[in-house]
Amino acid sequence: MNYIMKELMLGNKAFARGLYEAGTSVASSYPGTPSTEVTEELAKYDEVYCEWAPNEKVALEVAFGASLAGKRSFCAMKHVGLNVAADPLYTISYTGVNAGLIICVADDPGMHSSQNEQDSRHHAIASKVPMLEPSDSSEALEYAKLAYQISEEYDTPVIMKMCTRVAHSQSIVETSERVVPDVKPYEKNIAKYVMMPGFAKKRHPFVEERTKKLIEYADTAPINRIEWGDKKLGIICSSTCYQYAKEVYGDSASILKLGMTNPLPVKKIKDFANEVDKLIVLEELDPIIEDHCKALGIELTGKDVLPMIDEFSQSLIAEKLGLEAKETCTPIDNLPNRPPVMCAGCPHRGMFYTLTKNKVTVLGDIGCYTLGAVAPLNAIEMTACMGASVSSIHGFNKALGKDSEGRTVAVIGDSTFMHSGMTGLANIAYNQSNSTVIILDNSITGMTGHQQNPTTGYNIKGDPAGKIDLEALCRAMGYNRVTVVDPYDLEQCDKVVKEELAADEPSVIISRRPCALLKYVKHNPPLKVNPDKCKSCKACMKIGCPALSFKDGKAFVDSTQCVGCDVCSQLCRFDAFEKGGVN
Amino acid sequence: MTTNVMIVGVGGQGSLLASKLLGHVALSKGLDVKVSEVHGMSQRGGSVVTYVRFGDKVYSPIIDKGEADYVISFELLEAARQMPFLKPGGQVVVNSQQIDPMPVITGAMTYPEGLIDKMKASGANVDAFDALSIAREAGSIKAANIVLMARFSKYFKDITEEEWLASLEACVPAKFLELNKKAFELGRNA
Repeated sequence: MNYIMKELMLGNKAFARGLYEAGTSVASSYPGTPSTEVTEELAKYDEVYCEWAPNEKVALEVAFGASLAGKRSFCAMKHVGLNVAADPLYTISYTGVNAGLIICVADDPGMHSSQNEQDSRHHAIASKVPMLEPSDSSEALEYAKLAYQISEEYDTPVIMKMCTRVAHSQSIVETSERVVPDVKPYEKNIAKYVMMPGFAKKRHPFVEERTKKLIEYADTAPINRIEWGDKKLGIICSSTCYQYAKEVYGDSASILKLGMTNPLPVKKIKDFANEVDKLIVLEELDPIIEDHCKALGIELTGKDVLPMIDEFSQSLIAEKLGLEAKETCTPIDNLPNRPPVMCAGCPHRGMFYTLTKNKVTVLGDIGCYTLGAVAPLNAIEMTACMGASVSSIHGFNKALGKDSEGRTVAVIGDSTFMHSGMTGLANIAYNQSNSTVIILDNSITGMTGHQQNPTTGYNIKGDPAGKIDLEALCRAMGYNRVTVVDPYDLEQCDKVVKEELAADEPSVIISRRPCALLKYVKHNPPLKVNPDKCKSCKACMKIGCPALSFKDGKAFVDSTQCVGCDVCSQLCRFDAFEKGGVN
Repeated sequence: MTTNVMIVGVGGQGSLLASKLLGHVALSKGLDVKVSEVHGMSQRGGSVVTYVRFGDKVYSPIIDKGEADYVISFELLEAARQMPFLKPGGQVVVNSQQIDPMPVITGAMTYPEGLIDKMKASGANVDAFDALSIAREAGSIKAANIVLMARFSKYFKDITEEEWLASLEACVPAKFLELNKKAFELGRNA
């Protein structure tokens, strides 16, 4: 008899619980909002080996290796991470698995914390890999177990698609005990696992046949369920759209809830459509279920009235489908907005101030430091994807030569550099552009909430691990000019940036200071402003520190936020900043 | 009936613990509960919103326009921003602290004045108080989140102080329990 317990659990934590209960042995992931907590929570179970890999491609290949060896494995990433892991994904679809393999991909409709709004279902369709989509924490837990069964029965990796509102919502789950399946002995089988043309040609028909069987499964699977209500209106939906549909319509509509969104059922959808007078497809982002239905000759309402942009909500659905809006308190006009900002004491601030001051064109990358693009620092001019800063500056300088060399830099964080910056840096060393790359080394993966990476010297559990020496790595690639600076020291930053831009060869600046939010970082006492000395020149306001404001015409330090980094006081020509603010 | 509570503030103010506490209390009363949070970039000093919904059966994890019964806010401007989400006559419980957002820091805008009156004129009931001072009295300004939740707890007649404290014990690490209990008691009786 299993001990069953009810608790309120985050979607990602529930997913991790399901993986644990299903006997997952190996997990390898790269952090990315909103997927990060699945692996963080899984790492809390000592029975499961977990790690942060340098990037998603490596993570998926690690998980594949463990599956090949015969143990249930897992890897997680955000939607854009699946682009990085697409290379192994599309071929692991052909080889299939030995023990079960689950790939979690977390989409971010509404771009709460992402650079694009891509719909991961396209990858499932294109790689011909089945995809499950839970709609709450309880399903996240249960589908993890089901996904392993499908993976092993159909000889395929299975993608589990989360989205922000499922990943980061808590709802009630029932937990049970861990059951570890027997190890599936690894057997040499080159026709299955060596994807050279001769063998791959024989695996492709297997994949097509597998999809046919999976469609049959989709037509009968209990996770593709019909909830009959009034048959005047039928709604096909999945994931969080199911919750919005129930919220808006309750039992006044019939609902076909799809727990599996690739491949989509055929007969079940046709039968459902035949039973209802009017059909609506509710899906965020792209019209994938809609196009499938239309290809079956089914008439419906979908993206003709519902947007392809942003996440949905109950009021958006009600509004677009012509239901009455709820009364609200009157909005208050002209409120200043509050965008995210770099934290007080953020070590990136000093470097960005230096770059802006020197009127340098800055090609940026993915991380907290992307926030350096906005006022008042206005430093970064391009951000696209992981590693793009380092590769793009080479192209920029090759295109413009002397017109951009010496006045352009790439900035990239330590974790992003390990993810995809190294190959770009190798290209600069190999094809020789006179480029300056600045590694913003805050000794952690910051934006996703402090995950370790290969440069920090610690593993996912916080235990000592291998540590890659960035200086040695750059020198080994052939860089003669590798300089470490402290971004809290504005004078040093300015001197080194000027020197490296002037140099007639490629160079790397490592701007090194740990993230101010790290628990081990000791803060200095907050500063205070001597109002008699402050001349109201606002020089200190150029760094955009959230702890600094102007009150009664003088600079003012919010002592609850200030960590005493001293960067503001280096900008003050009147020595108005003094130690000893009150916290 | 579903009760909808929005917990709002500035990233880093401790809204995750506040929502955890409320979720735990609702669960202990045998209700269905959903809590929706924001992680990632928005946490870096931006506006943060957490939704807590509880009742017999809860579907959507989010609270939408005109649905909130309560707005609990760590900061004045962030409370004012939520008026479109509050039901007419809904209750605001707000820490009267003001934190300048970047457009105010850079001088592009000024921090609006008279926000409490503006919220009342907008149709809200407003309970504004200085949670920071009470938290300081309890031992740390970081406990302002619990002070705020304690003030909010007074609006629920059928949940006892003992039930709140039991949930607090379940949600807070042992070494911070005494501080948070004190903050709760001071906040509830302020």
